[in-house]
Order: sequence, then structure tokens, then C-alpha cells
Amino acid sequence: MALSRIFGNGQETKDPYGAPGTGKSTLISVVTIVVILGGWWLVTELELIRALFVPPPGLVFSKFLKISCYDHYMESLLVFLGVQAEVVAECEGFSENALHQHILASLYRVFSSFFLALVTAVPIGIAMGVNRFARGVFDPPIEFYRPIPPLAYLPLTIIWFGIGDFAKIFLIYLACFAPLAISARAGVKSCSIEQIHAAYSMGASRHQVMWHVVLKAALPEILTGMRISIAFGWTTLVAAEMVAAKAGIGVMVLNAARFLATDIVFLGIVVIGLIAFFFDVLMRRMERLLVPWKGKA
Amino acid sequence: MPAVMSLKDVGMVFPATTVGGSVTALEGINLEFEPEEFVVALGASGCGKTTLLNVMAGFLPPTSGAILLHDSPITGPGRDRGVVFQKHALFPWLNVVENTAFGLRIQGVGARDRTAIAEENLNLVGLSEFGNHPIYQLSGGMQQRVGLARALTTNPEILLMDEPLGALDAFTRENMQELVLQVWRRTKKIVFFITHSVEEALFMATRLIVMSPRPGRITHEYKLDFCQRYFELGDARKIKSDADFIKIREEVLSIIYGEETEE
Repeated sequence: MALSRIFGNGQETKDPYGAPGTGKSTLISVVTIVVILGGWWLVTELELIRALFVPPPGLVFSKFLKISCYDHYMESLLVFLGVQAEVVAECEGFSENALHQHILASLYRVFSSFFLALVTAVPIGIAMGVNRFARGVFDPPIEFYRPIPPLAYLPLTIIWFGIGDFAKIFLIYLACFAPLAISARAGVKSCSIEQIHAAYSMGASRHQVMWHVVLKAALPEILTGMRISIAFGWTTLVAAEMVAAKAGIGVMVLNAARFLATDIVFLGIVVIGLIAFFFDVLMRRMERLLVPWKGKA
Repeated sequence: MPAVMSLKDVGMVFPATTVGGSVTALEGINLEFEPEEFVVALGASGCGKTTLLNVMAGFLPPTSGAILLHDSPITGPGRDRGVVFQKHALFPWLNVVENTAFGLRIQGVGARDRTAIAEENLNLVGLSEFGNHPIYQLSGGMQQRVGLARALTTNPEILLMDEPLGALDAFTRENMQELVLQVWRRTKKIVFFITHSVEEALFMATRLIVMSPRPGRITHEYKLDFCQRYFELGDARKIKSDADFIKIREEVLSIIYGEETEE
């Protein structure tokens, strides 16, 4: 009975002729997460799968504590926070960096790429939307490289820019660029002809129509593009860090796999996923704050 | 009295496209607008009403003829002609008062002055309480009132209204007809109003022009005074159900239907 209340019984009793799939799904999602985590714990607890393949949750968590610190100030911070002394003694980091240093290195790469893409792709996308010359110039290269997986042109960026941080930032930059440019280009088409005409009939110049109407109306689309762009940039991170990176959450996972440190691989994947989720929440907040009219009126 | 705005033999031909041949949307339109007139253009879909309004607003240059405003030809849109659209013309990123003040803002009028003028105009359309509301929280009728207040804020000589009540429900629409008339009486603007509702046209117009399609041209003209009677009596329904009103309503309807059966 309770189960059928959560999962539905195939037909929604409250609105039998309504659109399919309505109603809240939060509780069901919570149940799903609990089942997945519980299943993970159970198969490792019963030793159905060797820890080499699926490490127990407890092991992953203790690994989390261990690699959370590497520097002495992190150790003293953990002591200050009251974490047990033996954990502090085991502080070892991973690949000569603490977890937060890996995370910061990756965030630095992704955000600098994203920022560079933002200040270049948005103006170019807008230009493509309002100017046929710009559209003619930028459309072929963007449409050509956009569907290519970043892994495919990774070797080329290494040949061109070496194995330093610049090549990595360039790769993520390319990943971020296309969705931003395309959304900005689509965005400038989102104002209605009535809005443009209204502005002209109130005495606006072409320049004022662009600034006060076309660009404002493009904001919701641009923000959607930003959301897609940063997610795609984050996806490209692991590829970018495959070559000669010392610190980075992606390289942490790759190095851990090389030593069959499955617990660190698990931890890395969870951290990457959580950060991506955090990005999405942040971007949704920004949308609600900056373009509250989106999807209305 | 001299005409404020006049259209001299205006024609509009849209060139042939891949889907069809060229379309004569307007042909031989001659119109004069005198002060304080409320001119309504009525006609079936495709008779060129909206094209005529777009030409007058300056959004479309006519392919023949001239449009004069105080004897000088118009070359494009300008704030001497305020436009009210059917819908989708407000700026949802601005609130009600900011929308209304938009025309003054782009002219460089300071925030305090433009807000004061905008609030005056919002008061005129009965929205003085709603200045800080976002546009998307207003009903359709209220949004159209913002559109009207906004068009008035730049103090135009003529108000061009393109089926401004067409997207409203029947009850809101009747109320809005009265509101537009009251605003017209108080501001004394020339109004050019497009509708495809015969009752609305007869009730509001001081002069009614009936248009017929392909090519779009003016076929009939009426001088009317039902709006004056409304100002005297104050009962819209009574006027609309009056025998005079019904007689002329049926006459105009038969003109429009007659044209359709000719096709």
C-alpha cells in the first residue's frame, strides 16, 4: 500500500485523464539514492565483490579523510576541528597534493576557460545573430568543430601548445565556446518584432534597440548556454588533465586507476559529480536571480 | 481644420517570393487625420489593415505614395506616433513603471522626472497601484493598459493601435473599450485603431473606414457618434443594443460578408 503510494499504481488516481507523468518525484529520488548507497554497502559488506573492484563505502570515506590533508596546515586544521589524531598521522594526500588542491587546480582550469569563453563566445554569438557577415565567417568553423569530441583534438592542442596548463585551458575553452556562442546567437532572435517596433516608435536608435531590447531579451538564452557550457567544460576536464598534470581532480582519478587504488577512483568520481551538481544549482540560482521573467509572459 | 497626418495615394506591393507571386497589400489609400479624431479601420483578415498601420508607423516604407505629418513626409518610426500592439510588445525585464517610462529613458530624461510622468500615465489607465509589479504577473488586460500608458508617455501626436483588444476575453474587452475611449477623451490624441470586431468599431469610432482585401483598399467610410453618446449616457451596453446601432452594424456586416462571397 505504502509502496504503491510512492511509486504510483500505473494510473494517477487524482487526475485520471490528465497529462501522464505529473506529480512530485522527490521522495522517489530519495528512495533511489538510499537503495543505491545501501546496495553498495551491502555487496561490499557481504563480500560479494572484491574491494579491488568495489571498495566499501567506509574505506572510501576514510580515504577521503586521509587525502584531505597533505600540508601541515591542513593537519593542524583537522586537529583543530577535533578529528582523531591517528587520522592526522595517516594524512598523506595523493599524487603529492591534498584533495582540496586537486579540486582547486581543476576549478582554476575550468573557470579560467569558462571565463575566457564567456568574454569571447557571447560577443561573437551576438554578432552572428545580428550580422550576416559575422554569421558567414564564424558559422563554418564553429559548426565544424562543435560535434568533434575534445579527446579527438587533444593531441593537436598538445602539439601546438605543449603539455602545460595553457593547452589544458585551451581544450576546455573550446568545449565551453560552442554552446555559449550558439545560445547567444539564438538568444538575439528571442525578442519579438513587436518589442523592437515598440522601442523604435518610442524614439530609440538602432544602437538603443540593440542594447535595451535585443540584448536584454537574449539574457535567458545566454544563461542557459552558460549552464550547458560549464557542464561541458567540466566534462572535458578529465580529458584535459590526461596529459602531464600534477594536480587536478581528473588526474587524481587517472593516477589512482594506474595504481588500482579503486577507493580513490570512487572518491574522485563522487567529487566530480558533486561539483557538477553544485555548478548546476549555482547556475539555476543565477537564472532565477537575473532573469526571473524566463518562461513567463 | 488642417490635417495633422495625411496619406496620399499610398500603395504597398510585397515582392514575389518563392511561395507565391507579388501581393498588393495596399492600393490608392487616401486618408486625412484631423485633431481629436478616433479613426477605426475595419475589415476581414488580409485586407491590409495591419500593413496600413505599419506603413503609418514607419516600420514599412510604402512602395508608392506619401505619408505626411504636418506636411513633412515621414521617413521611419518616431515618437510622434505611439504604437500599441496586440501583445508581446512589453519588456518583461522591466517592471510596470519602467516599461511605461522606457521612451523617456532612452531620450535621456532623468529617473525622477520620467517616473513622475510614467506614474501620471499609469494613473490615467487605472494602474497607479501596480507600478512596481513585474509585467508577467499582470493579466492580459492590464498588460494592454501598460502598453497604452507607455505609448502615451512620449506624448505622441497620434496613437496607432493594432488590434489592441484582440487577444482579450469578451468581458475584459468591453471594459477596455470604455477605458480607451476615456483615455482618448482626456488626452485628446488622434487615434487610429484597428479591429475586426464590427461592434467595437462602431462603438468607438468617430470615423470608420471599411477595408476590403486583394488589393487592400478603403471601400466605405462612415462618420459616427456612438462614442459621444456613450460619453453623455455612460452606458455602453445600452448604446450597443440601440436600434440605430444594430441597423448600421448589420449594414457594415453585410458589406464585409458581401465582399467575402464575391471571392
